[in-house]
Amino acid sequence: MKKSVFLGTVAATTMLAGMGMAQDGGATLAQVKDRDELNCGVNTGLVGFAAPDASGNWTGFDVAYCRALAAAVLGDPNKVRFVPTTGQTRFTALASGEVDVLARNSTWTFSRDTDLALDFVGVNYYDGQGFMVSRDLGVTSAKELDGATICIQTGTTTELNLADYFRANNLNYTPVNIDSNAEGEQQYMAGACDAYTTDASGLAATRAAFADPESHIILPEIISKEPLGPAVRHGDNNWGDIARWTLNALIAAEEYGVTSRNIEELVRSSTNPEVQRLLGTTDELGAMIGLDAEWARRAIVAGGNYGEIFAANIGEQTPIGLARGLNAQWTQGGLLYAPPFR
Amino acid sequence: MTDASVPASPPFRLSMLVNDRRYRSMTFQVVVFILVMAGAWWLVMNTIHNLSLMGKSFNFGFLFQRAGYDIPQTPIPYTADDTHLRAAVVGLLNTLIVAVLGCIAATVLGVIVGVARLSNNWLFARLMTVFVEIFRNMPLLLWILIVYAVFTEIMPAPNAFRGDNPTASMILFDHVALTNRYTAIPTLAMTNDPGSLDLGARITFNWATIAIAGALIAGLIARRMIRDRAQAVQDRTGIRPVTWWQTLAVMTVPTLILIWYFGLHLEAPSLQGFNFTGGLNVSNSLVALWLALTLYTAAFIAEIVRAGILAVSRGQSEAAFALGLRPNRTMSLVILPQALRVIIPPLISQYLNLTKNSSLAIAVGYMDLRGTLGGTTLNQTGRELEAIVLMMLTYLVISLIISAGMNIFNARVKLKER
Repeated sequence: MKKSVFLGTVAATTMLAGMGMAQDGGATLAQVKDRDELNCGVNTGLVGFAAPDASGNWTGFDVAYCRALAAAVLGDPNKVRFVPTTGQTRFTALASGEVDVLARNSTWTFSRDTDLALDFVGVNYYDGQGFMVSRDLGVTSAKELDGATICIQTGTTTELNLADYFRANNLNYTPVNIDSNAEGEQQYMAGACDAYTTDASGLAATRAAFADPESHIILPEIISKEPLGPAVRHGDNNWGDIARWTLNALIAAEEYGVTSRNIEELVRSSTNPEVQRLLGTTDELGAMIGLDAEWARRAIVAGGNYGEIFAANIGEQTPIGLARGLNAQWTQGGLLYAPPFR
Repeated sequence: MTDASVPASPPFRLSMLVNDRRYRSMTFQVVVFILVMAGAWWLVMNTIHNLSLMGKSFNFGFLFQRAGYDIPQTPIPYTADDTHLRAAVVGLLNTLIVAVLGCIAATVLGVIVGVARLSNNWLFARLMTVFVEIFRNMPLLLWILIVYAVFTEIMPAPNAFRGDNPTASMILFDHVALTNRYTAIPTLAMTNDPGSLDLGARITFNWATIAIAGALIAGLIARRMIRDRAQAVQDRTGIRPVTWWQTLAVMTVPTLILIWYFGLHLEAPSLQGFNFTGGLNVSNSLVALWLALTLYTAAFIAEIVRAGILAVSRGQSEAAFALGLRPNRTMSLVILPQALRVIIPPLISQYLNLTKNSSLAIAVGYMDLRGTLGGTTLNQTGRELEAIVLMMLTYLVISLIISAGMNIFNARVKLKER
């Protein structure tokens, strides 16, 4: 008798626990606020984009976006827990709710947006896939890589592009499948592969971490479009809007000349209505996405506007040394274009 | 006369389901069964509900879409244009390759070490003890990573074999090259290729392979016939005819004739461009995985073999010695056959372990079932649940097949008591 009561209780509690689990994920904003911490999925370690420094603080281009989002939502850029994800684990981590937002050099593709049920909130870096080889090899073009062994991260779009590019050009290669950038770096440096392929920005970041960057060259061919951007789960549109407009705020701030240094002054003195709406001095845009009026102000102060973040982490003054290129503002001949704040 | 010994059964009451010993156990079983079923139903419904919340469905259609990625080691023809299903089959074959190679090597090594550990040579026996304890007590993943790192860091890159004064040279009469990517070994080539048998789905078998395998099987049958006839002659006359040259002839002559006819020879690999071509490049990930699985499992098998030998009564070897058998003949003719009945059942579980442990291949980028279906396919299609369910079923089926096969073998060799 006691036994059946016990079993019944177990069954009932399991059911109840299950109800809790099965509740829909349409309230990411509430969850983040309750937790008072943003869970942000990042790269396991790619210098310039997301890597912990010597004292364990995460820094980088993607990290800065996470901090801006945390500042906008929670008021503090340090209320972020960084969850390192590999190419294979990242989307599962997002889908299962382990992270609230994924800012990990992920390419926006059709099937990921639809079939994987992700929502890409925008593009924070326009990239393309390239190849890195040792200078000693004497190779100057990807077309000369026939028969080469190539290190490639599994579960990435680069893996698919590589297969397509070599088939289209009638070249052969042997893939060496690796799991993370660190492993690829190690295999490449040990000579276990002739070339390392990933997004050109990733190659530049990897090369910058080498003891002797000069002895490696990045081949001129860019074989794909890789629009990288933060992603959230499909279905929670409010949270998607917050993530999207935080990114747009950073981009728009650069366009309007709002920087982390002059922002306080502009809050008081700006006469540009678009800047006033962005900074929350008129119109209350923040209330429309469930935040306060100063959300964008905090996001911009956290790490600066898009241009400041770019310059501080991956720009030409850093060891990564990436030019703005496609990632310049639309007014400067680039592709960055934030929709109007109105 | 009425039969008073059978009392009229009392009328059935509902409380008897709990209070009456005759029904109680049944009641509990029914209740537990209902609860288990309810739990399973809840799990399935919860999964379906959560999947629909994420906008996902449960179907295996993705298996028939274009895979789009390449695999380094393909036992059957495969290109990026093939389906995810074919990629999964390639991965499954890669799993089976490393599992079969590992089981064979681990058994050979394990038996040698297990027997050697009981050797009278003190140093030899202690060395084997050290081997067993080292490999048995450290995690397999570490061994795989260590072996792989050693291969990558110590072996020369293929580039080192280039030029007039290469820093590295090929071994075994310029036939094998050890590099930090793969071991380049020669392949069998034919000057008179008879073509291939097409089994459909681009899977082919060379006729020469079929012919030589046929010759070997025929040789085995002929050998058995020769032995049976010799036995019959011995039974009739008491003298056993000399048959070794006949046996040798039926086993080798047809095969040698076929090899000569097809012009079978070794084709050594040579450095062309970036890599060795012409031979077979056995990737280091396979070698590292195979070696680590072998050493690790061999340590366990050695213990099983030792236990099996110790389980055979000491009187058996004393009796064999009394008959004048030498120690190694005693071991192979008297002790090991009896030890097998103790050895085989735990050996089955070691084979199962090795096969399942091969999924650690992911650590060294060996594209087994876990790497293709459970790795790249899962990631490119986002079908986590389907891929994992398929993988679980596949490993279950492999394990059940190994288990069934080994149990049949066990039933045949176990001690028959009459």
